[in-house]
Amino acid sequence: MSAGRGRVAQEQIILGIAVVVFVLFSVVVPDFLSGSNVISMVQNVSVLGILGIGMAITILGRGIDLSMVASMSVAVAWMLVQLNAGAPLSQALPLAILFSVAVGMINGILVAYVEIPAIFATLAMGVAVYGFGKFYLVETDVNYLPEAWQWLADIATARPLGIPVSVIAFGVCALLAHLGLRYLRDGRFIYAMGDNPVAARTTGVPVRVLIVLQYVVSALIALLAGLLMAMLVASMNTRIVSSTLVYDVILVVVLGGISLSGGRGGIGSVVVGTLLIGIMLNGMTMLNLTYTAQNVIKALILLLALILDTLINPRDEQTAQQGDI
Amino acid sequence: MILKTLTLAGLGLALTTGLALAQDADSPGPAYYAALEGKTVGFVPISMGFDLTQGWLAGMQRQADELGYKIVVRDPNWSVESGIQAIQSLIEEAPDLLVIQNNDNRSYNRLVQQALAAGIPTIQVQQRVATPSDAYVGPDWYDIGRRTAGALVSACGAGTSGKIAVVEGATASPASMLMLAGINDLVAKSAGITIVSSQAADWDASKAFAITSTVLLQNPDLCGIAGFWDVADTGTAGAIREAGLEGKVVLATSGGGNREAGCDRVASGEFSVYHSYNVAGQARDLNAAIKMLLQADIEAGSAPFALISPLLQITQANMTPSSCWTLDELAKMGG
Repeated sequence: MSAGRGRVAQEQIILGIAVVVFVLFSVVVPDFLSGSNVISMVQNVSVLGILGIGMAITILGRGIDLSMVASMSVAVAWMLVQLNAGAPLSQALPLAILFSVAVGMINGILVAYVEIPAIFATLAMGVAVYGFGKFYLVETDVNYLPEAWQWLADIATARPLGIPVSVIAFGVCALLAHLGLRYLRDGRFIYAMGDNPVAARTTGVPVRVLIVLQYVVSALIALLAGLLMAMLVASMNTRIVSSTLVYDVILVVVLGGISLSGGRGGIGSVVVGTLLIGIMLNGMTMLNLTYTAQNVIKALILLLALILDTLINPRDEQTAQQGDI
Repeated sequence: MILKTLTLAGLGLALTTGLALAQDADSPGPAYYAALEGKTVGFVPISMGFDLTQGWLAGMQRQADELGYKIVVRDPNWSVESGIQAIQSLIEEAPDLLVIQNNDNRSYNRLVQQALAAGIPTIQVQQRVATPSDAYVGPDWYDIGRRTAGALVSACGAGTSGKIAVVEGATASPASMLMLAGINDLVAKSAGITIVSSQAADWDASKAFAITSTVLLQNPDLCGIAGFWDVADTGTAGAIREAGLEGKVVLATSGGGNREAGCDRVASGEFSVYHSYNVAGQARDLNAAIKMLLQADIEAGSAPFALISPLLQITQANMTPSSCWTLDELAKMGG
């Protein structure tokens, strides 16, 4: 249940690197420190951050959800298909929610009851969901938000109190997940389960039910991220399933110090990891670096973070866990 | 008696020949249909499921149904490796013709050579590799870049900041590189216009959104943006709207002329200038090339030709109901 001393340090290392990169950019890039740009830094990674929160919840419980991107894109694209066919939002949205819940439940049942390792169950589910979606629900890759529903896009691009809706959504999501994991009984149980599933079960934690719940929550959080993404760009392209987005999501989760073997770290780690990526993307875009140069620099900074963590917290029998990555 | 029989036979022969001649004069004749009927055309796009490939196939399928030949589609779903396998297995199956959409200007080069060596006439669509095959159907990407920049140069003259940003496709894609070259060359010749940002969005709307929102914050007086593809530029337009700069920043982009992707966005003011390479017209070009190559009795690859897609410039001022197409229309009346 404890966050573990070593892991907290990794979160602090990432925070430190984020601060250093931030200071560096604010010296090098004019206007980097303007208030609106600081908001923009968070805005451009808020969808990534929301997905990261869902992923973190499954990883904390010693699982992983590789089907998030597939389920989000198919659910949202299906909603847009329905809206384009003239269905009301009161039908399209609940069906999209039902779809996500179903995907989450199947994931959970496969992991908890059929006892397939999460990485394989959700990997296969992602492919299955995408295939099913493309075959039965969504004919084309790109699905546009119909003109009549433009107000949905207006909500997503609004800025109450000058803060973009996507940033607010990320903040609220992070806060709720943090409070839920810390103060709700089920939240504490997820940590217990991630730390030692056998012990958790022996002490009476309903491990199987909790696993199902965990995947339903991650699918719903993915849906929220997908809705936000679709409303911002007034469309949903299911091609995103074949992108590297799901790895980026795992990256922001692990970067901040959440252990892939479960039970270690917290939502703060996701926020810090997301912020580092956001600062880097924003600064490099403002410096007008080429795409390739951006990738190289991003990879180098991430490697640096991992090297620093290994140097400061060397792995030994005490800190290493089976399956630690 | 013999004479009579001979006369009748001669008359019959003359009649038949006359009839045949008359038929030849009125219609293309059985040779045309025979050259096409029962044939097999293999089609390997980069992926099905998006407006360009769906549009081409709808147009090609309509002609195939009408003339009685078959189109075999192998969908590699954005994977170059799957595409290579698909083309290889098609070459083994020896169709009468191949239509290949290249991902870039290299990956399928050897396969095009192999197909030609196997005697299969090959049409390349949208992008081409170094090996010329029987036909290329697709746009002149450099020209699209030049025209996109041209629209911005004329909109961002005196009285504006003259600052423009470029939201590129994928850095390694030849189509993207050619468009960028077209833009850079024209901007270099235009006094008072500066490119303040040139970033690749990887053909992705969310990345285009992120880049554009950052660039707009850095350059609030930005005059125009050159986009590379309508699908990704829904994101560019979203960022302009989010920044409250709709109508103040000129967005010029291009695409296949699908109604939802193109004309609807022009109508709503999201795209200021749109260059369409018109998939409906491309489908017609593809069909023409297919018909010509199936009829022509020549060695595969011996007489390569290109059908460059003419560009339509679409703005709110000149847009008509027929400026764009829908998949439904193409499936019913296209090609």
